[in-house]
Amino acid sequence: MNTLTVLASGASGASEDVFTPPGLELFDAPPLIAGVTWLTKPVLLAILSTLIVVVFCWSAFAKPKLVPRGIQNVGEMGYMFVRDQVARPFLGKDADRWMGLLLSIFFLVWIWNLMGVIPLLQFPVASHIAFPIVLAATIYVLKIYLGIKHQGPIGYFKNMMFPPGLPKPIYFLLAPIEFLSNLIIAPFTHAVRLFANMFAGHIILAFFSLVGFWFVFEKLTPLGAGLGVVGVVMTIAMTGFEMFIQFLQAFLFAMLAAMYIGNSLHADH
Amino acid sequence: MKLAATLLAAEGTNPLLPHTYELVVGVFSFAVVVIVVGRILTPRIQKALADRTEAIEGGIKKAEDAQAEAQSVLKQYHDRLQEARQEAARLRDEAREQGAQIKAELQEEAKAEAQRIIAAAHAQIEADKQQALTQLRAEIGRLSTDLAGRIVGESLEDEARQRRIVDRFLEELENTNAAVR
Repeated sequence: MNTLTVLASGASGASEDVFTPPGLELFDAPPLIAGVTWLTKPVLLAILSTLIVVVFCWSAFAKPKLVPRGIQNVGEMGYMFVRDQVARPFLGKDADRWMGLLLSIFFLVWIWNLMGVIPLLQFPVASHIAFPIVLAATIYVLKIYLGIKHQGPIGYFKNMMFPPGLPKPIYFLLAPIEFLSNLIIAPFTHAVRLFANMFAGHIILAFFSLVGFWFVFEKLTPLGAGLGVVGVVMTIAMTGFEMFIQFLQAFLFAMLAAMYIGNSLHADH
Repeated sequence: MKLAATLLAAEGTNPLLPHTYELVVGVFSFAVVVIVVGRILTPRIQKALADRTEAIEGGIKKAEDAQAEAQSVLKQYHDRLQEARQEAARLRDEAREQGAQIKAELQEEAKAEAQRIIAAAHAQIEADKQQALTQLRAEIGRLSTDLAGRIVGESLEDEARQRRIVDRFLEELENTNAAVR
């Protein structure tokens, strides 16, 4: 038994009629089958997302036609978007080499996020930080590996911490900041940005839907009904907004990955 | 808030701490997607897109070639047409010239023929006149002798004399005629 539920049920005797907003317990994921601790809802949705991405991409790209039909059109739209908005601005002529990775990241993150608004499933996979961490860590390792490979072990750190063309005293300040921001803060924010957006979005949706459910269905009162209607309307509006955020975060995550890779390939920045 | 945080931490639900099994599943999911989508499928769609670009560019090239060829054929056609027109004009001029020449020749010939016919007619007329004169002269001689014989009552037997008389008479006659004329 979980403490919060104990607390809630303990308090329920006195506050049966009190509205309690949803909190962190939203993200508790008990095992779906008793005894199999690892098989929780986010794990199941992560596997489902992988399946969806693989099946979709397979049906779109497995046997590509010169003149695209049906699902290939949709897939190509995604491919073009990632290529023109993510890969090419940051990687230039290297874009095609990294499209596989960037396309995988974009599709996977987007489907993870979309799980937050799909009826009945309604849980964004990325709101469990382990999943963003996996991707961010992969990009982090790749970024350092590529940096050392293309700029040399000393050159990489020199280009990172001592960009040429600045007055000497600035480097005392700049070098530690660049080191910190590139090697410690960047991977952290890369993962946390995605996680926090999905986390907060899920809480907001849960809050408004609970307001609507509580004041319209659970405890319908003349005073509360208006508030309940506001909750329902806001739930719908925020769901739309959340879908936009989900797309935006997937785009941003892939874009940052492309930026990190690009910076490691060329030290010009 | 602090109480809640400690409670949550105790429960192991701190949202910033990843679950190990989720990390494992995340790595697995990502690996599958990268292998299938990134390694297998992306090259295929890239190839399809490259092929498409090539096909479109090839099509455009082909169309341009066809257009160029059509242009050159059209130019050739125009050139030939021009040539044919000039040829036709030249032939027409030649024909006109020839026609004029033929006409002139024919006129010349016709004139000559007419001259010839007129000359022949003149000759004929002259001959006829001579003949008629000769006949007339014989006739008149005979008639005059008859007439004179009858009037004078004497027969002019002597042929030679008779003729001389007639000739002299006719000469006189002609001379008077010439004098009158």
